[in-house]
Amino acid sequence: MIETDIKVTPELVAEHGLTAEEYARLLAILGREPNITELGIFSVMWSEHCSYKSSKVHLKRLPTRGAQVLQVPGENAGVVDIGDGLCAAFKIESHNHPSYVEPFQGAATGVGGILRDIFTMGARPIAVLDSLRFGPISPDPRASVEEVARNRRVLGGVVGGIAFYGNCFGVPTVGGEVSFEPCYNGNPLVNVLALGIAKKDELFLARARGVGNPVIYVGAKTGRDGIHGASLLASAEFTEESQQKRPNVQVGDPFMEKLLLEACLEAMQTGAVVAIQDMGAAGLTCSTCEMASRGGTGIEIDLARVPQRETRMTPYEIMLSESQERMLLVAERGREREVLDVFAKWGLDAVEIGRVTDDTLLRVRDLGKVVAEIPAHALAEEGPVYQRPLAPPAPRKEKLIEFASEGADLTENLLRLLASPVIASKRWIFEQYDYMVRTNTLVGPGAGDAAVVRVKETKRALALSLDGNGRWCRLDPRAGAMHAVAEAARNVACVGARPWAATNCLNFGNPEKPEVMWQFSEVVGGIAEACCAFGIPITGGNVSFYNETLGRSIYPTPVLGVLGLLEDASRAVAMAFRTEGDVIVLLDGRSEIAQTPAPGRHPDRSEGSLREIPRPAPLRGAAARNDSAWEFSSSEYAKTIRGIVTGTPPAIDLSAEKRLIECLVALAAEGAIQSAHDVSEGGLAVTLAECCFASHDSARDKSEGLSADVRLEGQEPAEAALFGEFGARAVVSVAVRSLARLREVAAQYQVAVRELGTVTSGSFRIEYNGRTGVCAPVESLRDTWAGALENALIGQGLREG
Amino acid sequence: MKFGVVVFPGSNCDHDTYHAIGTVLGQPVEFVWHQSEQLENFDAIILPGGFAYGDYLRTGAIARFSPVMRAVARFANSGGLVLGICNGFQILLEAGLLPGAMLRNTGLRFICRQVHIRVENVLTPFTSAARPGQVLKMPIAHSEGNYFCDAATLAELERSEQIIFRYTTADGREDLAANPNGSLANIAGIANRERNVVGLMPHPERAVEAALGSADGLVILRSLVESLVRRAEPEPARMRPAAVAARVPA
Repeated sequence: MIETDIKVTPELVAEHGLTAEEYARLLAILGREPNITELGIFSVMWSEHCSYKSSKVHLKRLPTRGAQVLQVPGENAGVVDIGDGLCAAFKIESHNHPSYVEPFQGAATGVGGILRDIFTMGARPIAVLDSLRFGPISPDPRASVEEVARNRRVLGGVVGGIAFYGNCFGVPTVGGEVSFEPCYNGNPLVNVLALGIAKKDELFLARARGVGNPVIYVGAKTGRDGIHGASLLASAEFTEESQQKRPNVQVGDPFMEKLLLEACLEAMQTGAVVAIQDMGAAGLTCSTCEMASRGGTGIEIDLARVPQRETRMTPYEIMLSESQERMLLVAERGREREVLDVFAKWGLDAVEIGRVTDDTLLRVRDLGKVVAEIPAHALAEEGPVYQRPLAPPAPRKEKLIEFASEGADLTENLLRLLASPVIASKRWIFEQYDYMVRTNTLVGPGAGDAAVVRVKETKRALALSLDGNGRWCRLDPRAGAMHAVAEAARNVACVGARPWAATNCLNFGNPEKPEVMWQFSEVVGGIAEACCAFGIPITGGNVSFYNETLGRSIYPTPVLGVLGLLEDASRAVAMAFRTEGDVIVLLDGRSEIAQTPAPGRHPDRSEGSLREIPRPAPLRGAAARNDSAWEFSSSEYAKTIRGIVTGTPPAIDLSAEKRLIECLVALAAEGAIQSAHDVSEGGLAVTLAECCFASHDSARDKSEGLSADVRLEGQEPAEAALFGEFGARAVVSVAVRSLARLREVAAQYQVAVRELGTVTSGSFRIEYNGRTGVCAPVESLRDTWAGALENALIGQGLREG
Repeated sequence: MKFGVVVFPGSNCDHDTYHAIGTVLGQPVEFVWHQSEQLENFDAIILPGGFAYGDYLRTGAIARFSPVMRAVARFANSGGLVLGICNGFQILLEAGLLPGAMLRNTGLRFICRQVHIRVENVLTPFTSAARPGQVLKMPIAHSEGNYFCDAATLAELERSEQIIFRYTTADGREDLAANPNGSLANIAGIANRERNVVGLMPHPERAVEAALGSADGLVILRSLVESLVRRAEPEPARMRPAAVAARVPA
């Protein structure tokens, strides 16, 4: 327990993570020395996690405006218009450090936190997606046996925690991504996106208005859990002592959250709620000062009235507690009974703990005695802002991949790729999530490039995809970030939806290191450029710094969530091949390349100015192959089959991506294509295989799955042709009678059409320049792919939820 | 005819069930709050899926003591039709309205997937629109659906044809691989002896539109509607063709 009458010393200030300059700023704001409670309040609000002090100057570069945007970043979640008088609220948030310290509860409360952000706005959550990154779960030269074992436990715990929370709450977990790299050994990433729907005219904001209005605390009681979760756990690197921070991780109660959801939405319907905000990071502190700051008012509360689950809690502890499932709302004076009655109906604590004032102060009393008094706006908005130094990394010296000789049998390598956890089926994971509850899931996990949920009582549906590629961002942060935006947008377009808005979760190392800050700046620049090119605003997001363990930083990992709008839900396109005899077509936005195959002549390659990465002189082999080798050395294939992580991401051509996206949306709207799946990790060969595997899933009750017989031609090495990950490409299948129409539409968008082959029921075959590249029964490929993740995890003493 | 969908505070399939009955089937339906004991105006009661009171203890263990369950027991004992889906099934077991109990799934994990169940008995108000042996595709989503009872109870269930649904393959074979959760004798759903109370783990309300992956759940929900129509008709009942067909063994 922390006593109230402790003297604030320089040591104590340092322990609270405040620098000397920050403390001087604090003194200037208060005009006096703070007491311990005030010091604690400042330390959480000015922590990296809450204040965005290192990222703010960069985030300004992100495009946030657009005709569809109803709420720009700054509220609990971004909101966009989706037609029919409805709007969508969506946001992504990280819960990385808690998920490592205590995987199950860390991930569970991550889900809980983002769900509250959504229903705080008056929107009912209708979908959740997760982006998860772990260290290797199968033997890997860059992870010790102990690390691999722990990674498995962390994965099991994280997945169990997400399932525990989302399933009980009753929101479908409809998609996401899972990836593995050694850099996440001691620092997994758990990013959760939630989407909600509300009527446009029933949105709620967190602005305390109306002097004298009561401030009401609702939900779970306050305990000592999670104190300093934001400031210490989320705003510092991991050291060997981090395990001792376990008590800082909160414990989730999804049933309580469900009650809170229903009660809040019902209370909002009374018309007596003026403002509402959830208590997430920095709990009561953050919710009070932010609501007052946004409303241009003050708030006064008395802690003696706060429902508490432990005895003798100090003001410091109550203000800093991060106990879950709590909300703070402002009601209209005189109508508070209506609001309290709703919470009573749902069996929840709802207590008036204070009122809105006109003095713009956050005043905290304990049994009447003032224990903290701080200008709310200065606390919430005038925290430190840093323009931290940037420095590009030293040039890399590295060996590029050497291609196998022509005519090599690549079947074995395809099998190894399909068995790698990054590419293998994620069924073991997503079947633990209820992805169907609320009966809106038209395209669920594994069935399409993006998840599709319909909007009941309208013709529309919403699509969502989460994407990132940390390895590419390490090799070239700007290009990697653009690829992340492009892939998420392309995925949304593959299911037939128009990319509409985006949210991002930026996971980085220690911002005090100039190289990390350089990566951050490059990534933000890349996201801004790509979003501008595609016309999709960023409506919100989250920054997670200090993802380092023992001084080793994770790859810079931006995760992009793109929301798409599908005018006609019945036109949603899945990835599965549907009918034998359909033509398999590669749509290629890089039209000039596709028409005259000339590997390496990427449109923006000549410009050069786009990329600032110091490109080291490669160890040159055959000069003609060099361009392919540069890009291929960063592929999943290079990593998995050759153990190489070098080169750069494929050149990115945003206009080509945009053409492809528009073409896919147009084709889907006409019902011209049977299936669509973009080319990403593992390249064309893996894309084709996945279209076959998905057909097996969707046809499980009727027949065996379908297969593909494909012939490719080109000048690049066979490995690059089959497994290269160049962007702006998607594989679609089309009925023979629709082929002409497909060509017309593609021509209109200047997208190249390459007929690759036919959907068959025979063996899976890819021929390259007249030679067999891959040939295997589709069942054997599928078995490998389907069982790999479970094989890597099973029998490893997984902790069960 | 009116359906009642019970709402426990942690029910989360209540809206889906309401949608299936009200919007898809176009039948009158109302929510019933867990503290209500008024079921007089209803002809059938559905206990939906979810986590009634959080289910941190044992699924349905607290729900059985709720006011609405006292009313549901009275309703069932007087012959009213009661369907328990997923958590609703678990609650019916805890409440003693159906025999047996639920264990955790053998894999000890929550499972959400499409499964196949075979209709074992078409002579119930919940399956009268099904063909004998018809295989239905619908999803499960639970971590405690591993049905268990003692040998004597199982024998009694078999003898009096109270096993209504079994997990099978798509072509109706009852094998180990088709059993997703370890349920005894592949049991997916059972009835009481009077056949007016049925519980099942799969979710028919999630399988009412082809766009969602299956519309086979309609077989169960339509059976219910038709049974209520028959009940409402004055004696001697004028049999509807569908009902007649269902009563004739294939």
